[in-house]
Amino acid sequence: MQTVKMVVTGPFNAGKTEFIRSVSEIDIVSTERKISSDAERVKEQTTVAMDFGRISIDENLVLYLFGTPGQRRFDFMWEILSEGMLGFIVMVDSSRPETFREARNILETFRAYAPTPYVVAANKQDHEDAWEVDDMRIALRLSPSVKLLPCVAKDKETVKTVLLELLYSILEEMENSEVGSTLDKHAD
Amino acid sequence: MALKGNLRDFSITQLLNLVSVARKTGTLTVDRSPEQISVSFRDGKLSYARDGADGIGLTMVLYRARKLNAAQVRAINERAGEMSDKELGLLLINSNYLSQQEILSSLQAHYIELLNRLFTWGEGPFHFENDVLPPIDKIAVRISLENLIIEGTRKVRERDLLLDEIPSLEMALKFSERPGINLRNLNLSVDEWKVISFINPKNTIHQIGRATNKTDFEIRRIVYSFLQAGLVELVRPEGAPIPPLPPRITAPTVNKTEQKSLVFRIISRIRSL
Repeated sequence: MQTVKMVVTGPFNAGKTEFIRSVSEIDIVSTERKISSDAERVKEQTTVAMDFGRISIDENLVLYLFGTPGQRRFDFMWEILSEGMLGFIVMVDSSRPETFREARNILETFRAYAPTPYVVAANKQDHEDAWEVDDMRIALRLSPSVKLLPCVAKDKETVKTVLLELLYSILEEMENSEVGSTLDKHAD
Repeated sequence: MALKGNLRDFSITQLLNLVSVARKTGTLTVDRSPEQISVSFRDGKLSYARDGADGIGLTMVLYRARKLNAAQVRAINERAGEMSDKELGLLLINSNYLSQQEILSSLQAHYIELLNRLFTWGEGPFHFENDVLPPIDKIAVRISLENLIIEGTRKVRERDLLLDEIPSLEMALKFSERPGINLRNLNLSVDEWKVISFINPKNTIHQIGRATNKTDFEIRRIVYSFLQAGLVELVRPEGAPIPPLPPRITAPTVNKTEQKSLVFRIISRIRSL
């Protein structure tokens, strides 16, 4: 049985757990504890280890989705989780611009860990206070080549779209590296 | 025994608060090689400050405050070069060059500027010597520290934000490729124009700062405003060696055809969910 991995990362409460839950065929495994800090008292439970969800691709292949813990104090987990990943998704809460800077920092950290394709998901687009995706691109200082996708983590269809766009990016990179090596051969 | 430590462990805000609350008299010296700033206090109020071992004299303080022009500075140096600051101050007042208020406000601004510079130093050894007063020939003032501390705390927050946004000054800058931006239409200060003139992927931010005589804090602040306005982008400097990367995490090694097949299978499955 072959396994492949994608990582879902992003600031605290961006919607990572919900994202994985929408498509996972298993109940996502996470360790829950009561929140200890008043500053984080925005939800009842929080992931303190990591989430993982599973999608069986076929009888020989399984895709695991790993969610990183959102709080900064668990960032030592990120490098471990990013090992061997196909690509990663950065979730951003569209209705909380105060988290945009952290999202950018997380993105830069993961880019440094691994040169794999990634997409950014502008989550909670159904919220009244959600920023428009175009505005978020500017606020997050994303280059035009980075995919920034609207998402509602509870909506399976938008979650599928985000995963598919990441997979298309992975495919594109494979094809580009093939062209590159073909050109090198011709140059020889 | 003198109060000693490092700003890394005991911030300048805490130090000034201590001096103010305890109504200390003495001189605080902070080193950040090659710079050194000394600030004197009397009864918990700012009295005097200097940069380096001797500081600059009253003439240069007034020149920088644009109270004297270059020709006046030359004339004063020729005729009264050996005078102390106090003697010179009296001379200027008696000659109707300047008023007492103008001299004192220029000195206050200079001392406050030096103190504010300390707020941008995140580390550096310091020591406070009780009862060490400014040299007798220097002009002392009396400035309460509370407002300076509040303003300085704002600068610390700003500095932390700037460090977060621009952690390394060894990056370079290039102009953004945004259509419709015409530099001529921008309303920039002289300092900002000077920085703009050095923007080139060959120049690191640190080099631009030195060329334009800006401190790390000042150049970060200017570059940050350009970044926020979308005028420039951070880039690796041209010609800089690519730093050795930590051991890279790569996907499992399978041949390309297998990899693509794997991805197609995943795509197909996700579509069917």
